[in-house]
Amino acid sequence: MKIVLVGATRGMGRALARRLAERGDALFLLGRDETQMDLSARDLEARGAPPPVGQARLDLGEPDGFAAALDAADRALSRMDALVVTGGLFARQEELAADPARLAALLHANFTGTVLLCQQAAERLAGRGGGLICAFGSVAGDRARRSNYLYGASKAGLAVFLDGLDLAYRGRGVRVLCVKPGFVRTSMTEGLPVPPFAGEPDAVARRVVAAMDAGRHQVYAPGIWRVVMLIIRALPRAVLRRVQF
Amino acid sequence: MTPAQGGGPAVEDVSGWGRHPVVRGRVERPENLALPEDGEPLVPRGLGRAYGDAALPANPGGLVLESTRADRIRSFDPATGRLHCEAGLSLAEILRIFVPRGWFPPVTPGTKFVTVGACVACDVHGKNHHRDGSFGNFVDRLTLRTAAGRLVECGPDRERELFLATVGGMGLTGLIVDVTLRLRRVESPWIVLETQGVASLDAMLEGLRLSATHWPYTVGWIDCLARGRDVGRGILMRGRHATQVEAGTRRARPALPLRVPFDAPEWLLNPLFVRWFNRLYAWSHGSALKRRIVSYDAFFYPLDAVGQWNRLYGRRGLLQYQCVLPRAAGPRPVAALLERLAGAGAASFLAVIKDCGPASDAYLSFPMEGTTLALDLPNRGAVTEALVHDLNATVIEHGGRVYLAKDAVTRAADFARMMPRIREWRAVRDRWDPGHRFRSALSVRLFGDPA
Repeated sequence: MKIVLVGATRGMGRALARRLAERGDALFLLGRDETQMDLSARDLEARGAPPPVGQARLDLGEPDGFAAALDAADRALSRMDALVVTGGLFARQEELAADPARLAALLHANFTGTVLLCQQAAERLAGRGGGLICAFGSVAGDRARRSNYLYGASKAGLAVFLDGLDLAYRGRGVRVLCVKPGFVRTSMTEGLPVPPFAGEPDAVARRVVAAMDAGRHQVYAPGIWRVVMLIIRALPRAVLRRVQF
Repeated sequence: MTPAQGGGPAVEDVSGWGRHPVVRGRVERPENLALPEDGEPLVPRGLGRAYGDAALPANPGGLVLESTRADRIRSFDPATGRLHCEAGLSLAEILRIFVPRGWFPPVTPGTKFVTVGACVACDVHGKNHHRDGSFGNFVDRLTLRTAAGRLVECGPDRERELFLATVGGMGLTGLIVDVTLRLRRVESPWIVLETQGVASLDAMLEGLRLSATHWPYTVGWIDCLARGRDVGRGILMRGRHATQVEAGTRRARPALPLRVPFDAPEWLLNPLFVRWFNRLYAWSHGSALKRRIVSYDAFFYPLDAVGQWNRLYGRRGLLQYQCVLPRAAGPRPVAALLERLAGAGAASFLAVIKDCGPASDAYLSFPMEGTTLALDLPNRGAVTEALVHDLNATVIEHGGRVYLAKDAVTRAADFARMMPRIREWRAVRDRWDPGHRFRSALSVRLFGDPA
């Protein structure tokens, strides 16, 4: 496959890009930090991605640049056939609640930006016979919790969008996968209290690649979180009001 | 706004693989190794496989900078095997990626769950020390972040003193950011292994010596409970990388994921249990010369097959003791150490014995021409520490030394007597880090750093 990745320099994105590189997929990186993308591109080449792994600037908060970024990717890969978006913003609830500018930036990148990018890419792929869109939601979007509903809201919106995108475009050959990671140990979650069933980026990456290949529309990673969220979604409101998480 | 951040450093109990001692620390695991701008002291850490206090904070609450997420490959040259990578890349990853392409780490310790940065900082050695020396011999270039925050490149031919102080320098000269090393070409992932039972220490040492001329990898396992004439009884092992023809069409079997799920009770490792384990182990190898082909995992990393095997030693953990005695001292002090251990009833399963080749130029590098012994001592507090000091006395008397990657209790004065070049090392360290910003529980214990 010829895959464009947004957010492949860190965390789960880095692990996922490495999996794809190891099986020889052609990769193209989009992101904000050219130095970091440069380092990751060399890493991915050494791990098996056909060189050169190209890169272009893309900021999920600046939708005006999306078309140019996708053009660059299309040129480098002579037409991409998949877009994977692991990038996004994260901050703790207290920080978001206290800082409206920060909250706005997060909502804008995680929801507005990601939606606009995926929508554009889906249209491109449909126009040429099909492809794959994969983006990262979160279990935080499955049910509101007082400890992270602001971040969760951005991911809940994204999940509904991806669900609909899949319904709308599958007939035109575009498969859409929404990944819902549970708590995964990355630099993003460093220092947060670690809940049970915490996962590792490599295991998540393996599971996501399998779901991509199987053409699924949704995957929880680690898998146990599907069950955990089934229970949490079923909790009566009175319980959620009382518990502190 | 930074792209993503959680709650800052994680506050955790930090310990080495021996699970003793334990110090509370603030652990950072950044994807890009950088130093805090406020000049706060810190200890660099890799995968935490040093047994003692090498990668523990100097004081409770101290900052620990773990490198494991800084693990990108910068470049690899398939013509020469030169690998340039960030310090947090593990040997396990190098093996996973490069063995299928016909490359192998030039030197590997007994676990693959170590970072390249730690391999440099401990100047690790392996079963090929008699032929190839230690890890530092295969390092062409290091990039360090110095205490002042500057990036400095060093190597055998550039900033040589800093290089020699950093190889084996236990992370105390600067933060190792990236490393350029030379991998070794191999024809197959398989190892031709010969094993032979030996009845005495003399036979073991003779076997190691004779094997050294033809075999790149040699090592012996000694039954620590044998006494008198039987001291040194054990199994001699020698190996080499198999050729393509020898390897044939073998396919690696995926290993069963074994793990010790909880701390074993301390009575488990009683002398009787260990005696029977050792007999069984010896019996399973027999005394006759046997040759077979095994996976590199089975040959180099037998203990890695059991996750968290250190839990077998119970909650109080273990002290690993490894020393080297110079060739000139002869076999007698080696026998004396083994007798002392057997006499103490300090139930160790097996001791690993190995002949080392010439020492490296690095100031604090552990190996020296002679014989090294490594064994586990279940931690029983003061008794075990006293035993270590006792063993150290014998080692010092004969001009030997202990390995800091294993050590947790050696006294500063004793260590100074073991290391003839410690002054040179201190001078170079002081030049690059006058305030001893890079400090650890080990450096407080051995080098008088402020806690």
